[in-house]
Amino acid sequence: MNKILNKEMVADATSLFVVDAPEIARKARPGQFVILRVAEEGERFPLTIADFDRQAGTVTIVSLAVGVSTTLLDRLKNGDEILDLAGPLGNPTHIEKLGRVVCVGGGVGIAAVHAVAKGFKEAGSGVTSIIGARSESKLFWQDKMARAGDELIVTTDDGSAGQKGFVTQRLQELIDSGRNIDLVFAVGPTIMMKMVAKVTEPYGIKTIVSLNPVMLDGTGMCGGCRVEVGGEQKFACVDGPDFDAHEVNFDLLLSRLSAYKNEEQRATQCHCEFDRSEEK
Amino acid sequence: MPKEVPGRIDMPRQEPEARKHNFREVATGYTREMAVAEARRCLQCKKPACVAGCPVEIDIPGFIKQIKDGNLPEASRILREKNSLPATCGRVCPQEDQCEKLCVLGRKSEPVAIGRLERYVADWERQNRPVSKMPQHTPSGPRVAVVGSGPAGLTTAGDLAKLGYRVTVFEALHKPGGVLVYGIPEFRLPKAIVQEEVEYIRRLGAEIRTNVIIGRTVTVPELLAGGYGAVFISSGAGLPKFKGIPGEQFNGVASANEFLTRSNLMRAYDFPAYHTPIRVGERVAVIGAGNVAMDSARTALRLGAKEVSIVYRRSRVEMPARVEEIENAEAEGVRMRLLTDPIRINGEDGWVTSMECLRMELGELDDSGRRRPVAIGGSNFEMPVDTVIVAIATGANPLIRRTTPDLECNERGYIIADEKTGRTTKEGVWAGGDIVTGSATVILAMGAGRTAAKDIHDYLSSAGASAADTHHT
Repeated sequence: MNKILNKEMVADATSLFVVDAPEIARKARPGQFVILRVAEEGERFPLTIADFDRQAGTVTIVSLAVGVSTTLLDRLKNGDEILDLAGPLGNPTHIEKLGRVVCVGGGVGIAAVHAVAKGFKEAGSGVTSIIGARSESKLFWQDKMARAGDELIVTTDDGSAGQKGFVTQRLQELIDSGRNIDLVFAVGPTIMMKMVAKVTEPYGIKTIVSLNPVMLDGTGMCGGCRVEVGGEQKFACVDGPDFDAHEVNFDLLLSRLSAYKNEEQRATQCHCEFDRSEEK
Repeated sequence: MPKEVPGRIDMPRQEPEARKHNFREVATGYTREMAVAEARRCLQCKKPACVAGCPVEIDIPGFIKQIKDGNLPEASRILREKNSLPATCGRVCPQEDQCEKLCVLGRKSEPVAIGRLERYVADWERQNRPVSKMPQHTPSGPRVAVVGSGPAGLTTAGDLAKLGYRVTVFEALHKPGGVLVYGIPEFRLPKAIVQEEVEYIRRLGAEIRTNVIIGRTVTVPELLAGGYGAVFISSGAGLPKFKGIPGEQFNGVASANEFLTRSNLMRAYDFPAYHTPIRVGERVAVIGAGNVAMDSARTALRLGAKEVSIVYRRSRVEMPARVEEIENAEAEGVRMRLLTDPIRINGEDGWVTSMECLRMELGELDDSGRRRPVAIGGSNFEMPVDTVIVAIATGANPLIRRTTPDLECNERGYIIADEKTGRTTKEGVWAGGDIVTGSATVILAMGAGRTAAKDIHDYLSSAGASAADTHHT
């Protein structure tokens, strides 16, 4: 079950997995995620469904190795099975035919925004994609993103690929050019999403973000993923993960995301460094 | 002169000072001598009052007599006839409110320790007739879907499998058992035992599929259209409730569901060997006084907290937890701060630092005849804490409700089901357990599972059956 049909590195510490998961593929819609585990002692963690093929019965997930769970996932190879895989979870992104949608993907968020961009284009919307990363080595799917929408803007912090600068600068330029934008959809590091919201707010451009709080079960039973939106408490796993960016309390989310920083470092030291010494 | 009736045989327990530092079972179980001695106390009443108190109608005097006679295989057979999860029930059932409450011995002495005897037989069976030696049954009857692998779902699955139905249980989490595996701690209900109880249900022929979320991966209407003649919804009341007071968003505040799921299901108490973290700090406050609150408090102690308090707005007599669990908690050093209501959680740099509380007093009688707690104006005080666990209530997860048209629910989101049959307003769909009643007990859920299994069997063996059979996929 959940066999990896294809695994490839797409960027620095960033791997793509095409997984045999017909039931999930049958139901997956852009914006939804899966919860997975890769070890018996492992955590449950979410990854956005970056792509899906209902015919082939596969889902594609992209993961950035940052801690124990994602590092262990990264070590899996073609033919390996993912121990536990459940989904599709979360509310699908609301997709409709719009004049112009700007999809912004930062870092590994590019994978998440891919399915959404594709969905809007299939619905007949004009789609401009802005993808950014710190440098070229961290960028991926430029070709896929070019196909997913009808316009692609690439930017890197250090200018090693595309233009030099942040996605927010590219977004600002797009707004300044006077083009009509009906919706901005952004996925990426929380600070990036916060900044995107700041850029669009003065213009009243509707902005949706896909939040990534720490999750435990992903089905609505623990409340660990609670976020504050419009002053109200919402669970990202069942009320989201998409929310109106101008209502999200990003600072609170940033604070909650760091709750287990010490433990995460300790686990990484314990499992990733220990294993590395075995490889010698 | 009538002989004095001896009291019940005590249950051997780990000493509080030792047990509050480990996750091993607190109650260690009767020896054979203790079990026989306790079984001898049973009067073997011609008209046993205890049986009426058992939600699954176990033949109590029947199995107890076999213990007395040293015939454990027979005791185990009698128990198994009515109880699919005997090792679990023997540990977590509130027998004092059920069978034992009605025991006639309770009038002059203490009731027969029915729960302890049930546990003894179940544990004997596990050790001497392991489920791994049980033959695998393969029923070939009509298909039935069960949503949720908690006590209600497992009972329905077992009962229907025994009758020859092909049951598939769909479980959203990666391990089956529901509250048995995520909610009740290791020191009350070891997970290895839950695993074996689940395996028993599998051997009866029920298929258990984990990582399938009904309402997302597949919906109830899709199950019905896909060849299942009946669907039993037993998805539990898993939605965590928060108090709604300011400060619940601080790091260090968790719902009891989150806290217990980290510890029990994800074995965070073994961090970093197990990768899921959990944090308690030095001072923990648990808001609530039910079994879940006691479990949370005792887990916090075992995770290393120095001071753990139960904070409850009512008084001792209203505490919903089992008396035994309250006593266990107090023996371990959990402090009961009663008639105390938290009104605000304070924090610094995103972390909890203290909880502001109001003292309460008992005022006028309310409609239910209980004295209502009333805040004492100006009694505000600050309780310094590092962790706050909110264990006040749970609600119904809306996923199934939202994706199953014609399934009537009440205003709080619980599914409306007939008490006698388990039928919902939707044809072919039954429901039972916490998703119908709200948070209750394991045994009540099992009773609901049994009721629904009976009715599903009646339904499918009449006109419904041949129709269901033609939709095989």
